[in-house]
This record gives sequence, structure tokens and C-alpha cells, in this order.
Amino acid sequence: MGMIWEGIKQGFLLLIHGDPQVLQIALLSLLVSASATVFSLCVGIPLGCMLGLSRFPGRRFVASLVNTGMGLPPVVVGLVVSMFLWRNGPLGILHIMYTPAAMVIAQFIISMPIVAGFTMAATQQLDPKLRLQILALGASRLQLVWILLKEARLPLLAAIMAGFGAVISEVGASMMVGGNIFGQTRVLTTAIVGENSKGDFAYALALSFILLVLVYLVNFVLTMIQQRTKMR
Amino acid sequence: MNQLQTFPAPIVEARDLTIIYSGQKVLDIPSINVYPNEVLCVIGPNGSGKTTLLLCLARLIKPQTGVVAYWGVPVLDGKRALQLHRKLAVVFQESLLLNSSVWDNLVVGLKLRKVRAEEIKMRAEKWLERFGILTLAKRQARTLSSGEAKRTSLARAFALQPEILYLDEPFTALDGPTRQALLEDFKSVLRETRMTTFIVTHDRNEALALADRVAVIMKGSIAQIGTPAEIFSSPADEEIASFVEAGNILHGVVSTHSGGLTSVKVGDQQIETSSVLPVGAKVILLLPYDDIIIFPQSSEKANPSARNHFLGEIVRIFPVGSQVRVTINCGFNLTALMTRKSLEEMGLKEGGRVVAMIKSVNIHVIGRH
Repeated sequence: MGMIWEGIKQGFLLLIHGDPQVLQIALLSLLVSASATVFSLCVGIPLGCMLGLSRFPGRRFVASLVNTGMGLPPVVVGLVVSMFLWRNGPLGILHIMYTPAAMVIAQFIISMPIVAGFTMAATQQLDPKLRLQILALGASRLQLVWILLKEARLPLLAAIMAGFGAVISEVGASMMVGGNIFGQTRVLTTAIVGENSKGDFAYALALSFILLVLVYLVNFVLTMIQQRTKMR
Repeated sequence: MNQLQTFPAPIVEARDLTIIYSGQKVLDIPSINVYPNEVLCVIGPNGSGKTTLLLCLARLIKPQTGVVAYWGVPVLDGKRALQLHRKLAVVFQESLLLNSSVWDNLVVGLKLRKVRAEEIKMRAEKWLERFGILTLAKRQARTLSSGEAKRTSLARAFALQPEILYLDEPFTALDGPTRQALLEDFKSVLRETRMTTFIVTHDRNEALALADRVAVIMKGSIAQIGTPAEIFSSPADEEIASFVEAGNILHGVVSTHSGGLTSVKVGDQQIETSSVLPVGAKVILLLPYDDIIIFPQSSEKANPSARNHFLGEIVRIFPVGSQVRVTINCGFNLTALMTRKSLEEMGLKEGGRVVAMIKSVNIHVIGRH
């Protein structure tokens, strides 16, 4: 019990004093996971819309792949991305193994299906007749999709939260493709694993505390946006 | 004057429309036109293809064969369809409002049509006011009652100032009093604007209340099209007759008009209706079977001071399903529909003396001659 209390206290002090090392690790965590989430939104929302709103041959098969992708184990993603980015791998020429770029790629693969799956569900639950009504109001295809996305804004914000939540808390893939290199690819989750194996539980707890605060802050902002649109 | 010359060019002309779903023809319409300023009501049983026809004409779905033309120009591709959508308005059975304020719902279509901002404000205010919901402008659409939501969707449609208005069972989902109030408002708006309107409904009474022309659709095809008088007084075949057979058709002459009530002389009797008609006009009246109430002459409910109350003798009692049709002779024949139970409770028999009553608002004027 004392150790937990000590950890929280230390974490709080680290936050307050703005320890440059901790700050750098936390910022990198945020940067990598936020970029991965943004890329996931760019691909996942259009893909989810396509799956949710249109009918084409093979749609159900793609939908089942996306749904499976929502439960993709990060270590498997880490393994596959490592194999591709390895010096002798198909993409080895890029020389991005053990860089933040490799971590963004791995996290993108983890969160993109989550965003796409949520978007698909969000757009499918809209009344199919609403589409006819919006077209009859004079919307072009593109305007139609935009209005439908606005209609589905609550579940779409949930998609962003779920996508970001999956990658900020992920450790397996980041460890494998990033390597937990201090000052370069060390993020909060990999640092926690490292400190834990060294036996420095207090420091690991402090980092965990910071990670939780970070996740909470991001979700707090998203929740405010979501619930404001609801209550307005 | 030559009748042909006064007949205007149609706004909508559709030819050879067919739609086939999994081997079955759900729509097969060789020809249908909609003329400027008319209210065309399409009536038919559920699943007869009414809504599919509406969606085809509004080019919200593409017919598998055939052409829909507006002002003589066929709508063939998506670009034309988009241009067309920006000239019409559609109101569905569900109000289908966007999850935002009433005001936002009013203006979204106007913005898509690139109407100027001042104009948008003016039109939205005008039509919210006209449908009695200006005070709700800031409310969230999802907090509205079903009647208010329907008013919003109608105001949204009229604010677009469409060249043709499509309505798909617009009043079906509403409860009785809400529906009656909205139907009256809608009727007066139609009269004022003389909006070209295409209404799909399974409710004959809506057609009776609104239509200039009625088309009966059965199993995907138009079975009969004509004035309400033609359809309701001389249905083309038995199937149509059994669907449209709504009531007693009576011919009469308008004798007096006072205090919002018009008196029509039918045989030796006077029938009072709330419709406004010139004195001397020869009219065709429709008295729906299920709006006629019959009591034994001895019953205390048979109030002789009520309007439209006729003394007569039962000439025929004829069972139809769970109900019975009772025809009485009161100078002319009048048929009412009632349940077996109430027939037995009142002990009505052929030859019995009865009083038949009908409210003046339930008497429809379906034609003049």
C-alpha cells in the first residue's frame, strides 16, 4: 500500500516539477498515438462510410475483415511490421525500424480498423430513408455523406476515443518496432515495462499515473465536444 | 373554348416505368402525367407500389425501364437528377428531421440550393409562422412531438418553394385530432399556394379532402385515374370498387348557404355540409358508410334536433366480414356500416324504423355537374 502511495506521490511530483525526461517521454507518446489516430481517421472514416452506406460485391467480406481487425493483437501487428521494416525486409530500404515513424505505422494498423468499424456501425444505424430525404433536399453525393456524418457525430466521436485509447495504451507493437530507446522511441507504456523489469516500481507507478492523466485529459476534451453537441 | 387548348402542358411526364424486384414486377406504369397547380392523389392498398412510383417520379430511385421527364426534358443522369432535386420537395411518412434545431432543419435545403442568406431567413420565418411553429425555432428537432415534427417537415418543404411537392403518406403516423388539425392547415396552404402536389396515401378520406384528380394503383399498375367523382361514384371494376367503396353517393342541388353550413337538397331531404358552395350548384356528395350512425327510432340517442338526421326504414341487412351493412330508405337509400354486436344490441331488423345521423364535416363534395 505504501508503495502505491509513494508511486502516486512521485508521479505527482514529476508532473509538477516538469522533469524533462518524463516530459519528453509523455510528449512522444502523445505525438505518436495522436498521429496514428489522425491517419486512422483519414482512412477509417471513408472506409467505414463506404461499408456502412453503399452496397458492392464483397462488402460483407470486407466488413468481416474490419470487424476482426478491431481485435487485432498488438504483438502480432508488431511482429508483422518488424518483419516488413527489418533491414532485409521488403520495406527495409526505408530505414525506419526503431524510429517513431515505425511506431506510427504499427499503431495505425491497430486503430484504423477500430475507427472504420465504429464508423460503419454509426452510419448503418441511421434511418435509410434519411438518405432519400437529404437527397431530396438537394444534396450532391458528397454533401449527402457530409450531412450523414454530422448526423452520426456522437458515435463518430466514440470512434475517435476508441481508436486513440487503443494505441495510447498499447505496448507490444511499440516495444517491438520502436525498441524502447531512451530519448528516441521510449514512450510511456514501454518505459513502464522497462522500469517494472528493473524493479523500480515507484517510477513505473509514477509513469502509469501520468499515462492515466494523459488518457483522461484527451478523453475529457472529446467527451466535452460529444456531450455539448448532444445537449445543445 | 376548345378544351384541348386550355389543358396545360404537364410538369411531369412518365412513360413505361417498370421496376422489378427479384423477378416480380412491383411497378408497371405505361403513362402518368402531373399538371401544373393540380393535386394528384395516388391511392391504393399497402404494397401496391405507390411509394415506389413516387420515388421514381422524384428520381430518388431509377426505374429499370422508362423515362421521367420534367417540362419535356428527360431526367437521364445523376447530374440532371441533382438539378431536379433542387426544384422539388419531398415529405415522407416519417418526419426525417436532422438532429439539430428546427431552424437548422428549415434552412439546410435552402443552403444546398444556394439561396441568399436574407432570402433564407425570410422564407424560414414565413413558413414556420404559417405552420404555427415559429416559437419552436430554437428547439431541438428530436424533442418535438410527432405533430410538431410533421409541421416542421412540411414547413421545410414549402420553404423550398418547390415547383412540385411530393408527399408520401404525410399524415398517416399522426393521431386523430393532431391529424385533423394539420390536414385543415395543409388544405388551406394548398389552396393559397396552388402548389402542384403529388400525394400518395392509403386513406381515401385524405384523397377526398385534397385531390383534384385521383389515381387508384393496384399491384403496381394504375387501375383507374380521374376526378374524385369519377373514381368514387363509378369505379372501373369490382376490385377498385371494393377498395374505394367509401360511401353513399348522392346527387343534389345547393339550396341555401349560411353560417358556414351549406344546405343541399337531395330528394325531399336537406343535407347540411360544411363545404362552401354557391347556391344553385348541382353537386355530388359522398357520405362515408362508417360515418353514418343508426339508432332505433325509439332510442333516446336518436336526437331529432341533430343536423343531418333522417328517418327511415331498414330495407336490407347484409353481412360483410365481421361487420354488417345496413341500408335504410329515407327518401333515398343510405347505407351504414356497423359491427354485428351493435346491430344485435339495438335489435335492428329489416322493416324496423330507425334514425340515421351524420355530422356535416363528414360529408364530402366530390364533384359538380
